[in-house]
Amino acid sequence: MAKKKSSGRELVKGIIKENPLFVLMLGTCPALAVTTSAANGVGMGIAATAVLILSNLVISLLRKIVPDRVRIPVYITVIASLVTILQFLLEAYLPELNSSLGIFIPLITVNCIILGRAEAFARNHGPWLSVLDGIGMGIGFTIALLFMGGLREILGFGTFFDMPVPWIKEGGFQPMMIFGLPAGGFAIFGLMVAITNSLTRKFYKRQPLETMDRVHYPGSVSPSTDAIYEETEVQDGPRPARTPDPGSVPEALKKPGALAVETPDKKDESEDAK
Amino acid sequence: MKTFLIIMLSMVLIDNLVLSRFLGICSFLGLTKSLKNAMGMSIAVIFVMLVATAVTYPIYWSILEPVNLGYLQTVVFILVIAAVVQVLEAIIRKTFPPLYNAMGIYLPLITTNCAILGVMLINIQEAYSFGDAMISSLGAGVGYTLAMFLFTGVREKMEKADIPPFFEGLPSTLMAASIVSVSFMGFKGVIENLFG
Repeated sequence: MAKKKSSGRELVKGIIKENPLFVLMLGTCPALAVTTSAANGVGMGIAATAVLILSNLVISLLRKIVPDRVRIPVYITVIASLVTILQFLLEAYLPELNSSLGIFIPLITVNCIILGRAEAFARNHGPWLSVLDGIGMGIGFTIALLFMGGLREILGFGTFFDMPVPWIKEGGFQPMMIFGLPAGGFAIFGLMVAITNSLTRKFYKRQPLETMDRVHYPGSVSPSTDAIYEETEVQDGPRPARTPDPGSVPEALKKPGALAVETPDKKDESEDAK
Repeated sequence: MKTFLIIMLSMVLIDNLVLSRFLGICSFLGLTKSLKNAMGMSIAVIFVMLVATAVTYPIYWSILEPVNLGYLQTVVFILVIAAVVQVLEAIIRKTFPPLYNAMGIYLPLITTNCAILGVMLINIQEAYSFGDAMISSLGAGVGYTLAMFLFTGVREKMEKADIPPFFEGLPSTLMAASIVSVSFMGFKGVIENLFG
């Protein structure tokens, strides 16, 4: 019973609570680049999902064989091979999608989602749970891309899946090209992250997971590099760098150097707690 | 000379790696909180970009392409990049300690930075000559640096701004990136006007 419950949770958590794109901030590069239309977004989402499920499966099967020190190169090789297979399949069966996604198909290899899930999940869990995690995360990523792509396509070109949206022309709403351009991509992405933040705060009392830490940011492969990301976490919630109201600062902290000593101590404690 | 200038300018300003090609967004958002981090990462990216191009370009055109193994480029390139990064780290640590201190800890992050693999693939796709490929890599690195530095400045100003609660942190950062990206759109057409 307990197992069933937890496998269900692994499947569902990727959709809102740990949405890879809007909450964990993984896979931002393809998300911004290919979402000029809903169809491209969904195509990219499904392609990445396929690679993610298979790579989670392979890596969780290999987890006891691969020595810890060489795991990153092994994971990268596995993922790159899967991506190459995918590229062939797309070229053969969906050449249009392949040409519109272009360079971002081979770049799935370095998509943070896939290596990130390998590091954070598949490495410590069995094949069954890892596949479920892959499916859940993949669905979350695809839905996120569909939302972004759909919104950008409707606002930027007045169409949705290449079908003209009827009320746009009649209501006198002019499509705004900027949403199809990179600038609009950043703006829509920012909006979506803000909306997801407010949703997660409403439905899950807990703060969303920390992002850009060493569990979720796979680029960080040695303790020395972890320090950078610990120092520069991009995280919502109370930001430490805010300038406080002068009246509310206790006298003890006003002495020069008082804060400089205190801040690193606090950070160290929170790292230990993790 | 003219082609070099065209490639360089278009990589830096028009097809800016971060702001219009969307490569290397992770590090762009993650490491622009302080100038120190932004500088270290930028130096490391320029350096690895040039070395990796110098290695992957001959591998592709003299080994993979002649035996029709071009489709292996993704696997080969990513392994070559990982190896280059490891070797560079070891060499720099021994020979140029000051340079290592400046960028050493950023090097391992680069293996999974899509900017490097992306530029390698673009260089192959555009069928550049070796010189052009190197210039394009240099331009990409400089463009990345420019974006990182500009954005670090923007974020430092934003630290003090009063932002609605749901936009705190990442969403406001992304909005700022959008505005910076708009400013880069102004460069469209510069090349045609300059070089005809």
